[in-house]
Amino acid sequence: MNGLNRLIEKIKPTFSKGGKLGFLHSTFEAFESFLFVPGTVTAGKGTHVKDAVDLKRIMIIVVIALVPSLLFGIWNTGYQHNAAFGLNWGFWQMVWYGFVRIIPLYLVSYIVGLGIEFASAQIRGHQVNEGYLVSGMLIPLIVPIDVPLWMLAIAVAFAVIIGKEVFGGTGMNIWNPALLCRAFLFFSYPSKMSGDTVWTGGLSRYLAEGTAYASGNGLVDGFSGATPLVHAKEGITGLSNAGIDFMDLFVGNVGGAVGETSVIAILIGAVILIWTGVASWKIMLSSVIGALAIGGLANLFATDATPYLQLPAYWHLVLGGFAFGTVFMATDPVTSAQTETGKWIYGFLVGALTVTVRLFNPGYMEGMMLAILLMNTFAPLIDHYVIDASISRRAKKVKVAKL
Amino acid sequence: MSNNIELKKGLDIPISGAAAQKTKKVVVPDIVAVKPVDFRGLVPRLLVKEGDVVLAGSPVLSDKETPEILFTSPVSGTVAEIVRGAKRKLLEVRIKADKEQKHVDFGTAKPSSLDADAVRQTLLKSGLWPALVQRPYGIIANPEVSPKAIFISAFSTAPLAANAEYVFKDEIENIQTGINALAKLTKGGIHVSFSSANYSGTPLHKLENIIPHIFGGKHPAGNVGVQIHHISPIAKGDTVWTISMHHVAAIGKLFNTGKYDTSRLIAVTGPAADDPCYVKGISGMSMDSIADFCKDKDTTRFISGDVLTGTNVGKDGFLGFFDNQVSLIKEGTETEMFGWAKPVRPKQFSSSRTYFSWLTPNKKYDMDTNTHGEPRAFVMSDVYGKVLPMDIYPVYLAKACLAKDIDKMEKFGIYEVIEEDLALCEYVCPSKIGIQAILSDGIDLMLKEMA
Repeated sequence: MNGLNRLIEKIKPTFSKGGKLGFLHSTFEAFESFLFVPGTVTAGKGTHVKDAVDLKRIMIIVVIALVPSLLFGIWNTGYQHNAAFGLNWGFWQMVWYGFVRIIPLYLVSYIVGLGIEFASAQIRGHQVNEGYLVSGMLIPLIVPIDVPLWMLAIAVAFAVIIGKEVFGGTGMNIWNPALLCRAFLFFSYPSKMSGDTVWTGGLSRYLAEGTAYASGNGLVDGFSGATPLVHAKEGITGLSNAGIDFMDLFVGNVGGAVGETSVIAILIGAVILIWTGVASWKIMLSSVIGALAIGGLANLFATDATPYLQLPAYWHLVLGGFAFGTVFMATDPVTSAQTETGKWIYGFLVGALTVTVRLFNPGYMEGMMLAILLMNTFAPLIDHYVIDASISRRAKKVKVAKL
Repeated sequence: MSNNIELKKGLDIPISGAAAQKTKKVVVPDIVAVKPVDFRGLVPRLLVKEGDVVLAGSPVLSDKETPEILFTSPVSGTVAEIVRGAKRKLLEVRIKADKEQKHVDFGTAKPSSLDADAVRQTLLKSGLWPALVQRPYGIIANPEVSPKAIFISAFSTAPLAANAEYVFKDEIENIQTGINALAKLTKGGIHVSFSSANYSGTPLHKLENIIPHIFGGKHPAGNVGVQIHHISPIAKGDTVWTISMHHVAAIGKLFNTGKYDTSRLIAVTGPAADDPCYVKGISGMSMDSIADFCKDKDTTRFISGDVLTGTNVGKDGFLGFFDNQVSLIKEGTETEMFGWAKPVRPKQFSSSRTYFSWLTPNKKYDMDTNTHGEPRAFVMSDVYGKVLPMDIYPVYLAKACLAKDIDKMEKFGIYEVIEEDLALCEYVCPSKIGIQAILSDGIDLMLKEMA
């Protein structure tokens, strides 16, 4: 460790301003501060001591909170493949398959995303922000497993450049970059991205070339590849006809984006985020309330002719990307509302809009992504009104308290 | 209108090195300094030159804008050196003290029998006027204004701050005299805030001629700015004054003895202090005179004041006019491999639960000056709100200051805060943003625009 530290000290002048490789100083500093908490001291006006927490720590907590979803996603990818092709695999075979399929997604996500981050920090002479550690972790978890890697690369590039760097980097963006990546995929390549064929690992290749990754006997009889959200159009009957009950959705052994299926794994992450205070429990709770409110309202007006309205409201909490979006995406501190009252309003609307889209837009069932992106757009407006209200309340208080 | 206000938000920083309740020594002053940089916005006029002989209470500086405001020498002796910085900015007037101390006699008086003008003149002449700090902005009070009220905090919640019961136990009479004098200067009364933890225990609660308030909670409950916010928020156009308790005692001594006497008990504290306890010293005393507390002078930061708001004066520096505390902490220049990713860092404290220091709530930490990370943009929300028991939005205020938007600064409460009130926000900030410096620039801009 000391040796490494000495090495860094030795090559530092080369990478500092004026040094031979001085133009690379952003990149060098990024690696240096990644390896070592820097020895900089507080200076000038201001506190002489500082809390041990920094953004790197906060980001690593989010990454840790995502690990259960990732692990489950690895297993579930193999499990779905196994089920689709009737392979009779054991546990470790499924894990291995999922691992082999997910690693490329991560490689693309981090190489493209961090590459752009480094390049833009370099161009601006800024330091490299750690924000992409989380975005890069999130992106593979919210895309279908069979997404072509070149599409993913383009989507990541779009998300990082248009979603973040044009605004000035982490902390300045208005939309969640990971969701923007998914939105880009779904709107740019709709023929490829929607439908039932991308959600099961190996299916796309099987349909195109006639072979799956693992040599199988072809698809099992009655395989559809549709996600539970599609079945939910026919209400509970639709889901149960497809062999999916509430517990399946809660545990997560169903089709869907890589990491969003297991509510249990997401809840473990939620506990970590809430306990450490990294993500706002207010947003999570109010989003759940919002979903239940609209879902419940729909239940009241449902008839047998509209089976999707009959789906009990709490099913929406375990369907599709709702849980994942509520816990990991809606709570992004940069793009969500910043005021405490604003967080309640913002979260409620995210949940309410998600269910609204699911119920009344039969063409595209996954409302979570659009609801969060839309509310990201309006979060500053919510904050504006919350703060305006606070200012006038304060003005009144000052008047009352005049001595 | 005595009332009990419990503040829920805040943070007591668990730093080691609290001063034991004993007075180790009386500092015999050798060289002391009068520092115009202790006062915000002061443009000083120098009244002495090197080699001049001064008495304790002789004017050394005056305010260029308001020449009646004088800054006087705390000791009798000879002006040894006038220290200037960049652009010949006056930094310090160093005075070599005589063995035998002689004082200017300002005459004793019973303040209750004086009128406001007489009190004002005595304070101005003696050099104690600058102890009165005006809110908004935290500048020296304007002698031509009668403030809405005067606020005093009878306790401090700052990290390792001097214990009020201990340092004022022999000063009660002086403080009472001081309060009687100050009461002449305002029609709104003298509002004194006590700690709810020890209200009846402190001898100060017997003070008369005051309007008492009781505050409870963690730091910054003891900050006078926070107290004013809850007693009577400052609106645009209001002026209130604040003064620290040891200065009230000095005012009392001025009227009781006729002398300008800034002697006070000073807490020498901090993880780098050996046997932290109190010394009896004066305003402007040198850090050299307490250097025996320090284990290793070269790696230690000498802070006049507390670790949140104090000034790094260096080992050759001098105690500030307003401070009755010195904090000694180690310079944290060491790097730590993967420190941010380590699950457990037993030597680091974090108020967030991202580290495990919440498991050991009573542990004290040997904190150093390391920033524990690099500066970043604002990312997390509601980090500041948890440690600021005021109804303002600190992030929005800071952004208004950065944008130099006077209207918004006003709306977001710039009149109610000075740097010390937002110091905890800066401490907990995961983005390591210098909130105090931002606010300071904002206040400077307000002063310029409003003048």
